[in-house]
Amino acid sequence: MPYRTDQQEGLVAETVMVTGQNGDPIRAYYARPTASGPVPGVVLIHHAPGWDDWYKEATLRFARRGYAAICPNLYERVGHGTIEDVMVMVRGAGGVPDAQVVADVEASARYLKAAGNSNGKIGVIGTCSGGRHAYLTACQSDQFAAVADLWGGGVVARPEDLNDKRPVSPVDLTPSLNIPLLGIFGNEDRAPTPEQVDQHEAALKQHGQQYEFHRYDGAGHGFFYYDRAAYRQEQAMDGWSKVWAFFEQHLA
Amino acid sequence: MCTNIVEQTPITGAGKGERGWFNMKTALVSYDHPVRLNDEHALNIDFLSDVVGERVAVELDATSARALVAAVTEALRKAEEANAIV
Repeated sequence: MPYRTDQQEGLVAETVMVTGQNGDPIRAYYARPTASGPVPGVVLIHHAPGWDDWYKEATLRFARRGYAAICPNLYERVGHGTIEDVMVMVRGAGGVPDAQVVADVEASARYLKAAGNSNGKIGVIGTCSGGRHAYLTACQSDQFAAVADLWGGGVVARPEDLNDKRPVSPVDLTPSLNIPLLGIFGNEDRAPTPEQVDQHEAALKQHGQQYEFHRYDGAGHGFFYYDRAAYRQEQAMDGWSKVWAFFEQHLA
Repeated sequence: MCTNIVEQTPITGAGKGERGWFNMKTALVSYDHPVRLNDEHALNIDFLSDVVGERVAVELDATSARALVAAVTEALRKAEEANAIV
C-alpha cells in the first residue's frame, strides 16, 4: 500500500539459522515489521553472484512494505568468505543442485509460517538464476501462494544444458504450476532471450496458467540492480510497482 | 550461474593476490556474469589455490579474451622455436 508520512514504522533484521535440505543448518537474512501480525511473507532467492548486498537490501525493502521477508544463503555449504570468493567456489563446483535449492527455499517458507505472525500466505521471488529457481520451486512445492520470476535464465533449457544438478528444464514443469506467476524481463536480455520468454509464455497459455508478463524495451539482464551499469531507472521503478501490486493482490 | 559455462584445469604457477604471492593450483575459466566489467557476460578467469580467498581474478570481453589466447599461443610458439621450453 502507498506509504503515508504518519505511518508508524519499525522492523527487525538479522541473520537466523534455517534447517535446510538434509537437516543442514543454513544462514538466512530475516527481516520483518515490528507491527503485530498477521503479515504475509516472501522468500527471496538470491542470484548467481550470491547472498549479496543487493539481496539483503531487497529483503529490507519487502519488510518495510509490511512483509516478513527471508533470504536464505543458498551457497552456505561451500563455506564462507567474501561474496566473490564464495561465488567462485560455487562456480567451480558447477553451481548448486536444484533439489537442494528447492528444499532450502521451502524450509525458509516454513520458517516464516512458524514465526507466529504469518497470515499463512507466502510468495517467492528471485532474479537471474534465482528467477529460475523461483519458478522451479513454485512448480514443485505447495508452500507458496504466488511466484515472481525476474529474468530467470534457463527456464527454457536445452537438453545439453541438463545435468545431475539441473536435471529438468523448468518450463517442462509448467503443467504443475498451481499459483499465479509474475514475470519481468528486459527485451535486450540474452539469458533469457525474448524468444525463450515467448516459449515460456506459450507453455503457460497451453496449460491455462494464471500469469502476467511485463517485458521492457531498453533494458537487458538485471535492470533492477542499482549497483551495476545494467540498471535502468524508469523500467526498474515500473517493474517494482508490478512486484508490489502482484504480491499485494495475491498475499494480502 | 546463469550461463553455466565453466571450464577448469589444474595448473602449476604462482600468482599475486590481495595477500601477496601464492601457488596457484586451478584455473577456473567461465563465460558468465562479471563482478566488475560493465557487461552482461564476460570471459572470467579465476586463478586459485586450495585456500579460500587466495585468488587472482580477471574479467575480459570476448575480443580481449581471444586476443589473449592468441598472444599466449604465439609466445609459446616462439619459446618452442627458441628451444626455451624444456
